[in-house]
Order: sequence, then structure tokens, then C-alpha cells
Amino acid sequence: MQCFRALRYFSVWSQVPMGPADPILGVAAQFKADPSTTKVNLSIGAYRDNDGKPVVLESVKRAEQIIKEKKLDNEYLPVEGLQSFIDASIKLGYGDAYYAQNGKSIAGCQVLSGTGAVRLGFEFSKKFLPQGTKVYMPNPTWPNHHNIARMAGLEISEYRYFDPKTRGVDFSGLVEDLNKAQNGSVILFHACAHNPTGCDLTTAQWTQLLDLTKKKNFLPFFDMAYQGFTSGDVNKDAEAVRLFTAQGVPIVLGQSFAKNMGLYGQRTGCLSFVCSNQQEKDKVVSQLKLLARPLWSSPPLHGARVADIILNTPELNQLWLQEVKMMANRIQLMRVGLANTLKSLGSPHDWSHISKQIGMFAFTGVGPDHVKELIAKYHIYLLSSGRISIAGLNEGNVKYVAEAFHDVTKNTKL
Amino acid sequence: MQKLQLLQNQFNPTSDDIFFHIVQAPPDPIFGIANAYKADTSNTKIDLGVGAYRTDEEKPYVFEIIKKLEREVVNDPTLNKEYLPIEGLADFNKGCQKLMFGQNSPLIASGQIVTAQCLGGTGALRVGFEFVKRHIPGDVYVSKPTWSNHNQVIERAGLNQFEYPYFDPKTKGFNCAGTIECLSQARMGSIVLLHVCAHNPTGVDPTEAEWLQIADVCKKRRLVPFFDCAYQGFASGCIEKDVFAVRKFAELGFQMIVAQSFSKNMGLYNERVGAVHIVTSNKDISARVLSNLKIVIRTICSNPPAIGARIAAKILTDEKNFNAWVEELKTVTGRIIKMRTLLKQELDNLKVPGNWDHITRQTGFFTFTGLTPEQCDLLTKQYHVYLLRSGRMSMAGITSKNVRYLAESIKAVVQKK
Repeated sequence: MQCFRALRYFSVWSQVPMGPADPILGVAAQFKADPSTTKVNLSIGAYRDNDGKPVVLESVKRAEQIIKEKKLDNEYLPVEGLQSFIDASIKLGYGDAYYAQNGKSIAGCQVLSGTGAVRLGFEFSKKFLPQGTKVYMPNPTWPNHHNIARMAGLEISEYRYFDPKTRGVDFSGLVEDLNKAQNGSVILFHACAHNPTGCDLTTAQWTQLLDLTKKKNFLPFFDMAYQGFTSGDVNKDAEAVRLFTAQGVPIVLGQSFAKNMGLYGQRTGCLSFVCSNQQEKDKVVSQLKLLARPLWSSPPLHGARVADIILNTPELNQLWLQEVKMMANRIQLMRVGLANTLKSLGSPHDWSHISKQIGMFAFTGVGPDHVKELIAKYHIYLLSSGRISIAGLNEGNVKYVAEAFHDVTKNTKL
Repeated sequence: MQKLQLLQNQFNPTSDDIFFHIVQAPPDPIFGIANAYKADTSNTKIDLGVGAYRTDEEKPYVFEIIKKLEREVVNDPTLNKEYLPIEGLADFNKGCQKLMFGQNSPLIASGQIVTAQCLGGTGALRVGFEFVKRHIPGDVYVSKPTWSNHNQVIERAGLNQFEYPYFDPKTKGFNCAGTIECLSQARMGSIVLLHVCAHNPTGVDPTEAEWLQIADVCKKRRLVPFFDCAYQGFASGCIEKDVFAVRKFAELGFQMIVAQSFSKNMGLYNERVGAVHIVTSNKDISARVLSNLKIVIRTICSNPPAIGARIAAKILTDEKNFNAWVEELKTVTGRIIKMRTLLKQELDNLKVPGNWDHITRQTGFFTFTGLTPEQCDLLTKQYHVYLLRSGRMSMAGITSKNVRYLAESIKAVVQKK
């Protein structure tokens, strides 16, 4: 027995260092622990209503009712997931017309929300693209993109994206960097509502990138986590995806339903690859399954069922489109509210970029020191990059937040 | 010829068809059979392939307690759909610890168990092995045979794997001496993947005395036990007895990893409900381990799906719900044990050549029948009985109505020259 007891004192895990806290979810945890009554959470990308409450969409509630009435079983989904959900998701992303013509050659797989789409997509790319193929990511991007690429064993390069001087897109820098990229590289694009900057490309700019893609045989990987949530119009938000596919460029598309259907914790997403024909699509699906099986065996059903029912039931689909538009509108209202309030407080800085940027997030321009003060003094939680989640603003707190921002920046540079 | 074709199909960065070179992947050995069964139009077909419980009417079964609790969760106005923390639902995690290690395990109180909610058993295995790769990389020893997905998970995690001779085809029992011999040659610090109970695919489990021998060799060679527990409650019918190995190893002071699945024992298959536990030597190390587990999880799914864990948590943290679940589980397990008995009886009545004692001796969902791949093929093609080519049969697919036909079919293929 003595020697067994000794086991407890020898630690198998003694070499394990403390891992860094997740830059985003770590801040949310800090917020949760804060007892202040004036605290404001502008850190995590989750929608809140005007009362600061999370929202379960009416279309989702009704879909869940339908599911309840059907009394379905809990059997494993196939490895690739719920097929009717996959088909509906692809139709939503690529558009009715393209889907009608090319649906049979789009390889789709249900995945664990946006994260799962990127992970499975990167693992597939690593396995089937030539050794040494790099993935180019915008600078900045969602930090988890880097982590996932590393885990998948993909080499990362960056292309310039955000210009801190203009607080817009550094398009000439972007084009220069992509021109220098190796032919055949994977290029990660945010389809709409760029995270974290909120700065999107114009149609003219996307068209230029399309030409560059064709010239250099890039594989565009569109991460689309905010379709509908950006402009309020699901078709407009998917413009870039459709521009590329209309020209016959094969793309990879990752879709998340966390935000636009409020299905966050249900982990509902879809990954798809445009293939040349149905036979190729079958092969790609078979290989995706081979990679998904040792990741999660099969994806969770509940959220996919909800999304499937919403997308395939006309009245619910209509209701959902209205709800998504409403969320996008409220966010736009808050953008304007924050920018205008700062102006009316007499801020020496130009905050117009906040109302010009689009989507869930704004890259405010405040720095890590401002952020520290905002957290410590005002209990306003945002990322040290200066990214705020506009959804955390509401009529009840926008003045408080504007005053806080004004206070910490009035005597400093931005 | 295939290799040449592959080379010829190599991705050419200047070509338009970037996926041209991709070849069709083989169907999953298990799900592939389920698909074949579905497509079969015969009315005598029997599905003994995938490990999913069926009632005596060959229907999937949703636990009554699960239906009730699912309604509660969906209708709860205080619940929303927000993200869970990366490591999952706290109540669920705590409940998992108690179920696995015991209500009053001192390891829980001392903070030595790090737990994260995962995507079923597969998710827990993948997270566990990715963690191993990053922090205590070593060779992984898996039982021969084992669940086919084990090999894929370990491979994708980038680890080397070796086999220990688990199943003795002569006795159709556990090859204890062979296993101990093999593990005593393993490099120090290697990881040993052990099935806690109801071994998949053989249905053969070590006795308590044999578990102590395994513990002994693990201690001597400083091997790290990695337990896979997918059938707690399904082996002996007693949930405490079924996790004897984990609790014994914990008591003996082992630091180890445990993957826990609720797919079968709560019938939550498609909601992907599971957990990974890492047992450390103190709570400071636990904090460091958790922070790194979270990094692994963040890059697979960011955070786990909520609904299944909420339902499971209601069972694990409420005494009334828990007892209702245990009762239902006993009924479900009882039916499988009854089918084992019935099949053996039928085989004996029909005087099918061979010794079929292992059918009632083995435990859990599966039986390693001892049928050859050729016999299995024949069973499927001619008699529409679907099982794995390894001879693994899922007993949950047997019913009082099909057991005779099954026995007759087995007789026919065994007697065929």
C-alpha cells in the first residue's frame, strides 16, 4: 500500500504550465464575478435586447414547440449531421438560384457552430491541400482562428486589413499582401460584419479580390457568422459569397447560427465545399466524415432541428427574417446613439467610425490603458483591443458608457 | 495502381479542379452497417450493428425520465440559449464527478478532479488525447480489439499506438497474463486505454482481482491510465459496481484520465453528452490543467451544447430524478441480459455446434460471438442479419420475436462447409 500512496505525491502533470485565459471568454468571466450594479458587458459577441437581456427568438420558441409535438427520438445523427438542415443552410448561404443549379455538387456537413466549421475546414485543408499550403488571415481577426489553425497544423500568414489611422480597411495593403501570397493559398475572409473591426469591404473591393483569387488560384474560406445580422438582409450579407460562386470560383463556407438564430449554446453550424460535380462532392463528404468521426462522432441534434424547421417552414422563416432584421436595426441604433452622445459631450475625438462600422462589434480605438480604466473605474467590460460588442448597449446604459469613454479619453490621444 | 493514380491526381496549384485528387473514403465500419441495414428491404432483417438500445418492439427508446426533464428544460422561462462556459455546465460537471468517483469521494472535496463537459464519449476521448499530446506525450496502448474509433481519435491526436492482447479467442475471455506481460514492456509514462466495463466489442471485463494486477503493472511502469466509460449501468446493472475499476484506481492514488459518456445510459445519443475528468495530485495543479483543457476545447467547439447537459444535470443533482433514472436503467439492462439468456437457450436447443457460454458470460451491449468475417458476411447477405465483420453483435437489437430466427441463421452459417 505504501508504494501506492507515493503515487499521489509524484505528479504526472507537474510540467503543465498555466494556460493563458481566453481573451474573450476570460473577460466575460470577470464581468460575471463583478458585484457592481452599474456594470456593463461589452465583451462577448452575444445579442442583448434593450433591457440587456439575452433573447430567445419567437421563431425558435415556435420551432421547439413543433419539435415537442412530434415526439421524436434521440438516435444518433449520421456523422455528417441532419441532412435537411445541411441543405437548408447551404440554400441560405449560397442563394436559391445558385442552389437550384449547383446544390448537388456542394459538399455539406453539420458542425459545432462556427468554431466547428473552422476546425473541420482547416483539418480538411491540412489533409488534402499540398504540404506547405498556408492560410492567410486578416490582421486582426477573431483570435480563435489562429488557435484553430495551429491545432490543425496549418501554417498561418497574415494580410493587412485594419488601418488604425483611418479606422477603416487598408485595402491597398491588403491587395499588396495577397499579391505576394503563394498561389493556391487558403484565404480566410469574413463574409460580413468583420470581427473584431466591424469594417467590411465594398462590392468593388470584393470584385477586385475575386479577380486576384482567380489569378492566383486561391481557395477562399468564407467565415460567415453574421448572415442577416449585419445589414438586416440575409441576401445582402451573403453578397461576397455569391459574387465568388457566381463566377465559378470554388469556395469553402463556414456558417454559424449562434447569433442570427440566437442558438448560441446549441452549437449549430454548417461547413460546405463547392465541388466540380456530384461524384466529387460524394468523395469530399466521405472524407469530411472521416475527420468528423474522431472529433465528435456526430453533431448535436437539437439546434439543427430548430434551424431546419425555421428554414423549411415558410411562416417561421418569414418571422425569423423579421426578427433578425429587428436585431440588426437595434444594433445600428445603438451605434449611432453612442457616436452621437460622445459628440454631444464635446469629445475632442472623431467617433464617426463607430456608426460607420457594421455588425456586432466596433473597434473603438481605445487602447489597453483606457480599457483597464474603463473596467476598474466604470465596470465596463470590453477587450483590451478596444473591441466592444454593440449588442451590450441599450437605451438604459448608452449615456453612461459614452460618459465613461469620454472621461477616459478626453485628455489622451486615440 | 492506386498509389500511382493518387500521384497522378496530386493537387496542381495551377489547375482549376482543386478536389480532383480526392478519393472516396471507406464507410465508417459501424455507421456504414447501419446504412446498409436501412437500405435492406427484407422483412426478416435484424440490426445488430450499432450500439444503440432497442426495445422488444425493435424501436429506439427514449427514457421516460428524459422525456419529462426535456419538457422541463425546453419550457423553463428562466433558461436562455446563451453560451455555456468553455468547460461546460457546472452542475452537470459536479454531477458527473459524483457518479463516476462516488458521492463522497475525497478527491472531489480536495479539488483533485478536473472536469470538462464534452461531446459524448468521442469528444471526451479526443479532448483527453489532445491534452495528452500537448502535455504528457507518450505511446498509447489500446486493447486488441477495441472500438474502431479509438484508433482514429488517437491517430488524429498525433500519438503512436500499440496493442495489448486483451481478448483470448480460445477462452473467449480476458487475456490477463498477456495484457500484463505486454504492459510490463511498455515504456515508462505510456498511456493505457482501459474500458471501465462492458468492453466494446468483446463484452469481456477483467475481474476485480485482475484489475488489481493491471493497477500493479501501471504503478511499476508509471503508466497513465485513460479510462473509457460508455456503459456505466449496463454491465452488472449496478452503477456503482460498474465503475469499480475507476474508483479502485483513484483509491490507489493514481493520476489518470476518464472519458464518460451518457449516450447509452441516458439515451441522450444525439445531444452529445459526456465529460472528461483528469485526476491530479492537488488543486493548484488542477487549475493549471483546467486552463489547458479549455484551450483544447476552445479550438474544437468553443463551448459544448447546452440542452443535453441540462437534462443530465437534472438527473444527477436531484435524488428523485436520479432514482427514477436508475430504475429505468435497470429495466433496460434487464432486457439485454434476458436476450443473452434467450439467445443462448435457442442456440442450445438447436444444438448449434460450438460453445456458446460466452454469450451469457459477457456483459453490456455487445457480444464477441467468435464468428469469422466470412460467416458474418454470409449472415448479412443471406439472412439479413447485420453485425460487424469482427463478429461483434449488439445484443440490444435482439428481441423475443427475432431471437429464434437469429439462432437459426447462426446455426446455418456455422454449419455451412
